[in-house]
Amino acid sequence: MTPVVHRVVGRIQETDDVTTLCLEPVTGARMDFRPGQFNMLSAFGVGEAAISLSSAPGDRGPLRHTVRDVGAVTRALCQRDVGDLIGVRGPFGSDWQVPQRTVGTAVKDVRDTVVIAGGIGLAPLRGAVHELVAASHGGGGRVFLLVGAREPSQLVFNDDMEAWARDGARVLVSVDRASPQWHGRVGLVTALLSDAGFDPANCRALLCGPEIMMRFTARALVDMGVAPEAILVSLERNMQCGLGWCGHCQLGPFLLCRDGPVVPYAGIVSQLLTERER
Amino acid sequence: MAKSNNPSVSSKVQLGEVVVLRLDGLDSLVARLTALGFETKGPVVRDGAVVPGPITGVADLPVGVHDEQAPGSYRLTRGDDGRLFDWAVGPGSWKAEFFPPSQEVWRAVKVGDSMQFTESAPLAPLAIVGARPCETAALDVLDRVLKDGAHRDPVYADRREGAFVAVVECATPASTCFCSSMGTGPGIEGGFDLALTEIDDARGHRFVVRAGSDAGVEVLSVLAHEEALDEDLEARGRVLDQAAARMGRQLQTEGLASLLARNVEHPRWADVAERCLSCANCTLVCPTCFCSDVRDTSDLDGTLERRRVWSSCFDLEHSYLHGGAVRTSASSRYRQWMTHKLSTWWDQFDTSGCVGCGRCIAWCPVGIDITEEAAFIAASDGATPANAVSKASAP
Repeated sequence: MTPVVHRVVGRIQETDDVTTLCLEPVTGARMDFRPGQFNMLSAFGVGEAAISLSSAPGDRGPLRHTVRDVGAVTRALCQRDVGDLIGVRGPFGSDWQVPQRTVGTAVKDVRDTVVIAGGIGLAPLRGAVHELVAASHGGGGRVFLLVGAREPSQLVFNDDMEAWARDGARVLVSVDRASPQWHGRVGLVTALLSDAGFDPANCRALLCGPEIMMRFTARALVDMGVAPEAILVSLERNMQCGLGWCGHCQLGPFLLCRDGPVVPYAGIVSQLLTERER
Repeated sequence: MAKSNNPSVSSKVQLGEVVVLRLDGLDSLVARLTALGFETKGPVVRDGAVVPGPITGVADLPVGVHDEQAPGSYRLTRGDDGRLFDWAVGPGSWKAEFFPPSQEVWRAVKVGDSMQFTESAPLAPLAIVGARPCETAALDVLDRVLKDGAHRDPVYADRREGAFVAVVECATPASTCFCSSMGTGPGIEGGFDLALTEIDDARGHRFVVRAGSDAGVEVLSVLAHEEALDEDLEARGRVLDQAAARMGRQLQTEGLASLLARNVEHPRWADVAERCLSCANCTLVCPTCFCSDVRDTSDLDGTLERRRVWSSCFDLEHSYLHGGAVRTSASSRYRQWMTHKLSTWWDQFDTSGCVGCGRCIAWCPVGIDITEEAAFIAASDGATPANAVSKASAP
């Protein structure tokens, strides 16, 4: 329960209410983690919140956490400035199981990977996309990134998306409501699926976004012929300890801090997503 | 003519051996544990209920106290029999002794360029005299959550591993009890340092005692005890048989976990919600409910404090996620509580979350009965709001 003190060494204002904090430990080495895992971040004196890591394990440089200001703790985190201290506990939970970058070894998994994100749901996927794009140059499968957002101003990681596209990923973006400057697609993220060009029979899909978006996207993928077992979703509930003790992050049979946040869609999860108030 | 016990001796007892303690022996047990440095606690009467509290001897125990329990009702009565353990569990469980309702986790101050943390000090070693079998079963359940998982809660685990537990088998279950159904009582066969059975018959008021650990052997060996005779063992058997026979309730556990898992849309949840006040009494008296909030506060002098405080899945805040609570309706919260206890606890911790102590029934202000709710759903497996309506409107 005692956090490791980190210092804010950089901050990126992603949108009006989304901030990426770049953190270095005050003493000691940077933690190891896998894409999809999360940390408990303390805004000292205010409280703690579960925030996914948005950097990639293979990156040099500070840990990144991308925080949306939606409550007292996340607001305090978003207001932290360079030089301020933040407590970090973790990493916790399951990950996207993407291939890790290892120099000189061929990547064995040659399946297409479809990464589908809604809004800030791209944050826990950012590290995975980094790893997947790198792996695609070492014999790994193709990478497809489908991103949906309510409006263009809500899109995060625009520079990354451009870089991934240059690096060979197929990146498609759609917004629910266009702005006058928007010349891209308008509509739900599910509308991008048929144009993406991945092989449904030989792919895996990584989904993170609002539950209703994941529910309909997963269903659409299955309808296209993607095996439910090949779909992973990242689920969220109130997480207060990260250790499996506090009981808040229960979702049916899961303690999501321990058994999630990344879980297979097949089976019980596909059912849970259709049930109210779980 | 009945054989008489051998005169009292202090001699080395073997693990699993059965001996007899008289009242003065029980008094010595409490004194001995305290002398060994334990904070010694047992059942005491406070505010009209039997609850855990500090004890210094037999006189502090609920002498001649009995209880009457029913859904939504708990009353103590007094007799002149001098028996110490003729009551069923009250509102206070031993959970609070290991997992305090409010506990400091750490304090921190800013020192120079960083922070300095002071983690909370360990609690003193605890000795319990008079926990019920269902209560040690509950602690075993909590162990799986707080001690034996991937992350060990050091305060809980240290206190638990250092504790001395003398169980008293249950002779007088309440009408709300169903430990027989859960396999957690009224007797106990393991997981204790000492197990006592109170017997008060023609051969006197005494305790049949078994040592279940080396610590139990050590303590028992220095107490004045008598050899147990066949008559004592038979008397214990009668106590347990009578206790099982007067168990007030039962829960059909076979297939229960999957029954509840497939009935999340059952109309009964809405029916319970009509009665449930979402007051969280059931979770507070439950000996296995472990939910907690993590709360940070700061003092004007700059000191920060993190506390862990009991919370309840009946609280709207429990499922708060950006934008609001996930479980807003009372039906979804009762469903969460009951399906967790009897169904998803198995998925999470490979055990039932219910030990059949009946506290949630007695202490529910409107008398909601978990056994009745489970039985109702079992009898109408597969009902949904839609087919319930169509049944009701069928000619």
